[in-house]
Amino acid sequence: MTPERIDKIATGIILGLAVMVGLVILGLLGYILAQGIPHISWHFLTSGAESFAAGGGIRDQLFNSLYLVVLTMIVSVPLALCAAIYLSEYAPDNRRTRLLRLAIEVLSSLPSVVVGLFGYLVFVLKFGLDFSLLAGALALTILNLPILTRSCEDALRQVPYLQRQAGLGLGMAKWRVTTKIVLPAALPGIITGAILSAGRIFGEAAALIYTAGQSAPVISYTDWNPFSPTSFLNPMRPAETLAVHIWKVNSEGLVPDARAVSNGSAAVLIITILLFNLAARFVGYRIKRRLTK
Amino acid sequence: MKRIITVVITAAIIVGLGIGWIAAKKQPPLSKVTVVGSSALQPLTEAVTKEYRTVSPQTSITVQGGGSGTGLSQVQAGAVSIGSSDIFAEQKDGIDVQKLQDHIVAVSGIVPIVNRDLGIKNLSLTQLRQIYTGKVTNWQQLGGPNLPITVINRAAGSGTRVAFEQVILKGQQAVNAQEQDSNGTVKEIVARTPGAISYISAAYLSPQVQPLKIAGVAATAKNITTNRWPLWSYEHMYTQQKPTKATREFINYMQSKHVQQTVVKQAHYVNIHDMQVQKDATGKVQGKE
Amino acid sequence: MDDLQKQLTQPSPESHQEWTGKIISSLAIILIGSLVLAILVFLTIKGIALFTDNGISIWRFLSQTDWQPSHQHYGALPMIVTSFSVTILAGVVALPLTLVVAVAITEILPKKMTGLFQPLIELLVGVPSVVYGYLGLTIIVPELQRLFGGTGFGILAATGVLFLMILPTMTSMTVDSLNAVPKQYRQASAGLGATRWQTISRVIVPSARDGILTAAVFGMARAFGEALAVQMVIGNTAVMPKGLIESSATLTSVLTTGIGNSVMGTADNNALWSLALILLIMSLIFNLLIHLVSKKGVA
Repeated sequence: MTPERIDKIATGIILGLAVMVGLVILGLLGYILAQGIPHISWHFLTSGAESFAAGGGIRDQLFNSLYLVVLTMIVSVPLALCAAIYLSEYAPDNRRTRLLRLAIEVLSSLPSVVVGLFGYLVFVLKFGLDFSLLAGALALTILNLPILTRSCEDALRQVPYLQRQAGLGLGMAKWRVTTKIVLPAALPGIITGAILSAGRIFGEAAALIYTAGQSAPVISYTDWNPFSPTSFLNPMRPAETLAVHIWKVNSEGLVPDARAVSNGSAAVLIITILLFNLAARFVGYRIKRRLTK
Repeated sequence: MKRIITVVITAAIIVGLGIGWIAAKKQPPLSKVTVVGSSALQPLTEAVTKEYRTVSPQTSITVQGGGSGTGLSQVQAGAVSIGSSDIFAEQKDGIDVQKLQDHIVAVSGIVPIVNRDLGIKNLSLTQLRQIYTGKVTNWQQLGGPNLPITVINRAAGSGTRVAFEQVILKGQQAVNAQEQDSNGTVKEIVARTPGAISYISAAYLSPQVQPLKIAGVAATAKNITTNRWPLWSYEHMYTQQKPTKATREFINYMQSKHVQQTVVKQAHYVNIHDMQVQKDATGKVQGKE
Repeated sequence: MDDLQKQLTQPSPESHQEWTGKIISSLAIILIGSLVLAILVFLTIKGIALFTDNGISIWRFLSQTDWQPSHQHYGALPMIVTSFSVTILAGVVALPLTLVVAVAITEILPKKMTGLFQPLIELLVGVPSVVYGYLGLTIIVPELQRLFGGTGFGILAATGVLFLMILPTMTSMTVDSLNAVPKQYRQASAGLGATRWQTISRVIVPSARDGILTAAVFGMARAFGEALAVQMVIGNTAVMPKGLIESSATLTSVLTTGIGNSVMGTADNNALWSLALILLIMSLIFNLLIHLVSKKGVA
């Protein structure tokens, strides 16, 4: 057999298998969406969940998910960014730095159940945060930090070294060079990375069951005071997220339309993640254009 | 210019938060009641909580699952006001019963279920015991089709399992089998697996699965109140010895005739006031005095 | 004169800024470092309580096959074996397929298709594991039941679910490592008259080997720690797995089913924390493996 023939056959096999895998995955997504989308309606998105009657919605869960992601970002972005700055700009290449990198990598491979249990033990019980959005946000931060630190560091490293040298040559302090020159140049990458990581934690359930909790108490959307216990902005209230809701409805749901609710929620989740993705692309593109202008 | 805007916005946010904080402090303090524990009891408690807000707007109630074990250990530690449980505290290791006060808020029937296609609708207590101790492994031995029995048990230490073993197994050791934690998953599995048998809370029954009669007796509320249907357990709310006023009031409300006749019934639990017998932690049943 | 000297020897505003910067960024990294340390310490303390407080020997815990917390039998071997089987199987199935997909994306398919691929991967990574579990329960388990008889629950079903779960992450990492192979390699190979398949099989894949293996280990680490999805399809029978379609239990599935039903501080509960400790140690080992196969490491 000539090499050309082998090449043709191999290409065919590779393409065939790849297409098969691709179809399975597309089929999977299609299946989830097809099962869920018929159940999505304005009513489903804007009404509260029911305890044992049919026709419950996911308003609170959807809001909780989004709010939790925002809270997590408020905690984790500055932390990850500073850590990334340290790693890319300051860290000497020595044993200690390598150990720190290893520590961050350890975080990235922690099973999310373990993170959840740790959060329960430390944030919920030891710090007395109870089951709350804040405890959930801290647990998600643990999951989010490694990816975010990595993407921030990558974005910072991609800024050409020449730009730094120019700043340093003008007598600017390294910190000033970092914040005034490197950071703005790396901004599109950082923002894209942040939004993508938001999409990844959006569907997390195992880490939240024991931290943010499994109940969505009645909250008032007109109370804008974050210190009021019934306010939707209060970070100290327990909050069931969409992914946890899917889990709960499937396991202990008393509602007769449990399957429909769970399918609908899954579809909403996927669509939201899709929106996150589109947003990440769009924002990255816009900022890049503004910077290069 | 940009700087000024940033400063103004930051200042506005800080002032806004400050005002909010003061305003929140000035409001009459809400009495907080936290219920943690049995995930099976959670939907019922949540439904009652919704109603309770109109009765007592001054109380903010948080309901949380996590399992009976979690509920009991947290109420014992004083971390929460109410630990809900579908098992007697006496039946759990590591709980100091002296520290806790038991409040029964509902009665839950437990119903054996089988796959719909099996065609079996009735078993005796002995037959159930034989299945769950592994002495009978094929439905043919019980007059059914030639199909191996897939036994699905509940998570060790869960309230439903303890109650089931107390009544059915009478101290015998259960066969090593699949264990599932939640009523919903159990139902899903039994509905999809030919030859599967398990048991769930009566509240979770649906047409997906076939409920079994035990020796011709069906799991109706009426049969449970007289213990003709022996498979039932209490839903407990445990508090510390001296609960706060808000906690006591909430539990009183849960136990009130009104709630028991409306919400509890709608959720397919049994009204505690209808019960003509009572059960103690060892499983002994006697007439109510 | 004195003034000038003072001015010159005094720290400049720049050096002040430099200090602030250094302190802020170091604080962040120290915080993360101590977080990792806290996780390790807490989980270790909780995890060894079974051996120190309840007097169960570590050896028996790891080697016995009898897991019945209600009868004080804590043998974790069945779960350890099942966890490993599931993980390795999922890795073995996923590795060739991800490689094929990644090769197709980087080497064969036109660049336009590649643009579609990244968002798709991100989408799949975000799908909650519960949904994968539910799909497993409603599609994979009944299908296995039809094909092989029995209940359908077990290692094979879990492998299927985990395979789908780790596929996106592994593929995207593999694609990255294939893209990292310098263009010159491809050109040189083509210049020597090699066909595309020869270039792929003899140049690109071998030079990206470390990256590909890293992706595989990383995916397997994910699979090892997954809880909710596996719990729904594995069957949760804490016995030594007798076959691929016999229901069994993984470390994570026993952990999630049991933790709510046991009381903090009792032997039952401590045993579950010991399982969590095994999970933690295993994720450390996976990390070590990643470091061994690739010097650079991934996050």
